[in-house]
Amino acid sequence: MSLWEYANPTRFMQTSGKVLPVVSVLSLACLLIGLVWGFFFTPDDYRQGSTVKIIYLHVPSALMAINAWLMMLVTSLIWLVRRHHVSALAAKAAAPIGITMTLIALITGAIWGQPMWGTYWAWDPRLTSFLILFLFYLGYMALWAAIENPDTAADLTSVLCLVGSVFALLSRYAVNFWNQGLHQGASLSLDKEENVADVFYLPLLVCIAGFVLLFVALVLLRTSTEIRSRRTNALISRERLS
Amino acid sequence: MKFGVENLSCRRGDVTVLTGVSFDVAAGEALILRAPNGAGKTTLLRCLAGLTPPVSGRVKFSTDDVAYAAHADGLKSQLSVEENLQFWADIFGTRDIMPAVVAFELADLLTRRAQDLSAGQKRRLSLSRLMLTGRMIWALDEPTVSLDAENVARFSAAVIGHLAQGGSAIMATHIDLGLPSARTLDISPFRAILQDTPSDDPFLDEALQ
Amino acid sequence: MIALLRRDIKLAIRAGGGFGLGLAFFLILVVLVPFGVGPNSDILARIAPGILWVGALLSCLLSLDRIFQLDYEDGTLDLLATAPLPLEAAASLKALSHWLTTGLPLTVAAPFLGVLLSMPSEATLWLVISLALGTPALSMLGTFGAALTVGLKRGGLLVSLLVLPLYMPTLIFGAEAVRRGAEGLPTSSALLFLAAITAGCTALLPFASAAALRMNLR
Repeated sequence: MSLWEYANPTRFMQTSGKVLPVVSVLSLACLLIGLVWGFFFTPDDYRQGSTVKIIYLHVPSALMAINAWLMMLVTSLIWLVRRHHVSALAAKAAAPIGITMTLIALITGAIWGQPMWGTYWAWDPRLTSFLILFLFYLGYMALWAAIENPDTAADLTSVLCLVGSVFALLSRYAVNFWNQGLHQGASLSLDKEENVADVFYLPLLVCIAGFVLLFVALVLLRTSTEIRSRRTNALISRERLS
Repeated sequence: MKFGVENLSCRRGDVTVLTGVSFDVAAGEALILRAPNGAGKTTLLRCLAGLTPPVSGRVKFSTDDVAYAAHADGLKSQLSVEENLQFWADIFGTRDIMPAVVAFELADLLTRRAQDLSAGQKRRLSLSRLMLTGRMIWALDEPTVSLDAENVARFSAAVIGHLAQGGSAIMATHIDLGLPSARTLDISPFRAILQDTPSDDPFLDEALQ
Repeated sequence: MIALLRRDIKLAIRAGGGFGLGLAFFLILVVLVPFGVGPNSDILARIAPGILWVGALLSCLLSLDRIFQLDYEDGTLDLLATAPLPLEAAASLKALSHWLTTGLPLTVAAPFLGVLLSMPSEATLWLVISLALGTPALSMLGTFGAALTVGLKRGGLLVSLLVLPLYMPTLIFGAEAVRRGAEGLPTSSALLFLAAITAGCTALLPFASAAALRMNLR
C-alpha cells in the first residue's frame, strides 16, 4: 500500500471523510485546553505582564503561515512531477488558510507590539518578511482565480510557487540586510539552550498541536470541496459538449 | 515526406476531443480533413504541430518537420511585408525570400506595412511563410479563408509544388483545391464524445459512477 | 536568434510600440514626488535613491504585458513555439529586448532625474551601477510574469500583483547600494547580491518562462 494511492480522488475522499471528524475534534480539544491553560493558568511575565499570553495565538499561527507555504511548495512539486490532481487541489486549498494564518500572526503581533514596543508596526525584518509572505500568498491566489482551465491553473500556480519560494527566501535575507530588528529571536528552537520558560512552554506546545491539527482539518475539508467542485464542473462541461 | 499517426487522442483545454485517430499520408500526398465545426480539426492540427502534447497514441514523425499555419495570420502590422517575411526566414534559417514572394505574387506589396493590407493579402503573406520554413509536412488550418478564386488557385499551385518536391500536407478546408493526389478524411467518427471510451479526466469518471 | 531581438526592438520603437512611455512615466513620477513631500532639498536628497529605484521598478512594470500578449493575440506565439528556436531562447531574447527598450534607457535617464531630487553627486555613480546591475533581473522576472499571464484577457493588473513581490529583493539591494554609496559606506556587498540575483535570474528564469508559455499554449 503506497502513499500515492491517496492521490486518487475517490480514495482521498473516502479516507478524508473518515479522518476529518477525528482531526477536527482533536484540534478543537487541543486548542481549548491549550488556550484556557495558557490564558488562565499561567503566571504573568515579570516584564511583559499579561500581554505575553498572546504568544499562544501568535507563535502557532506564524509557524503555520510558513508551513502552509512549504506544504504548497511540496504539493506543487508533486503535481508538476507526478500529476496527481489531489496534490494540486491541496495546494489550492492550503493557500487561503496560509494567508489567514499570516494575517493572524501580523495582527496579534501588532496588538502585542503596541504596549511593548509602543507601536503597532515597525519595519522589523521579521514583520516585514511576513508582510512579504502575505503578498506572495495574494499573488498565488490571484493567479488561481484568474485562470479558467483548472489543469493549466494548477500548472502555472505550481511554477509560480517554485519561483516564489526562492524569492520569498531571498526577501527574508534581503530584509535582514536592510534593517536590524526589534523582534526577539525564535521563541522555540531545538538546538537552543534557552527557550521560553517551561510554564509557558507546555501550553504553547498544546496550542501548536491544535493549530497543526486545525490546519490539517481545514486542508482536508477544502480539498474535498475542491474535488466536488471539479466533479461538478466536469459534468457541466460534458453536458455542454454533447 | 510520409507521416502518420496511430490511435491518437488529443485534447483541447482539459477535454479530450478526439480519440483513436489513425492515418498515414505518403510523400507527395495531401490529406483533407472534413468534419462539422467544433469536431476537432484545429485540435488535431495543433496536436500534429506539437503545440498540444497528445493524450495517448503514437505520432510517427518529428514535429520539427511540421510547418503549421493557423487561423490567425501571425503578422506584425507595424512591419512591412518584406520585414515580416525576412523575420521568419531568419528564424527558420532560410536565405532567400524570393520564391515565396513570387509564388504568392507579393512583389508589389513588399514595402507596404502589414496593417495596410486587405484581409486576402494578409492571408497570402501568411501562407507564403510556409515556403520559408523549408519543412516537409504542412499542417494548415482553413488556409483559404478570405482568398478569392484567383488566389486560391495560386495557393493550390504552391501546394502542388510542395507535394511534387516530395512534401506532404494535411489541411482542414471546405473548398475543393483541385489537388491531384488528395485524400479526404472525415474525423467526426473519432469524436471522443461519441465513443464509450473512458475519459482521461478522473473527476468526470468518478462523477459518472 | 538576432532576428527576434531585432524585430522586437523595431516593434517597440515604431509608432504604437510604447517605447518611451516607461521613460515618460519615470519622469512624471519623479516630478510628482516633490509636490507630495515638499521642496525641502534635504528630505528630497535623503529619499532620492529609494524614489528613483521604485520609479524604475514601476516603469518596468508598465510594459510587461506587451512582452508576449501581442504575439499571443495575433498568433505569432504559436508559430514561434513551432519554430526551430527553443522557447527558452525566445524568452531570454524577449527579456533582453525588454531590457534594452526600458531598463537601459531608465538607467541612462536616472542620473538626470537624480538632479531634480537634489541627490548628492557621490550617489549618482552608485545609482547608475546599481540600476545597470539590477534592471536586467527586473526584465527577466517581468518576462516570467508575462509568460504566466499570457492567456488571460486582463493580465496587466495581475502581472503587477505577481511580479512586484518578486521584485522586492532586487529593490532592497539596489536602493541599499545607492544609500550606502551616498553616505560613503562600502557598497560592494549590496552590489554583489544584486549581481547574483541578476545572474541567477538570467540563468534559470528562461526555463520557468518557457515552461509557463508551453502550459499556456496547450
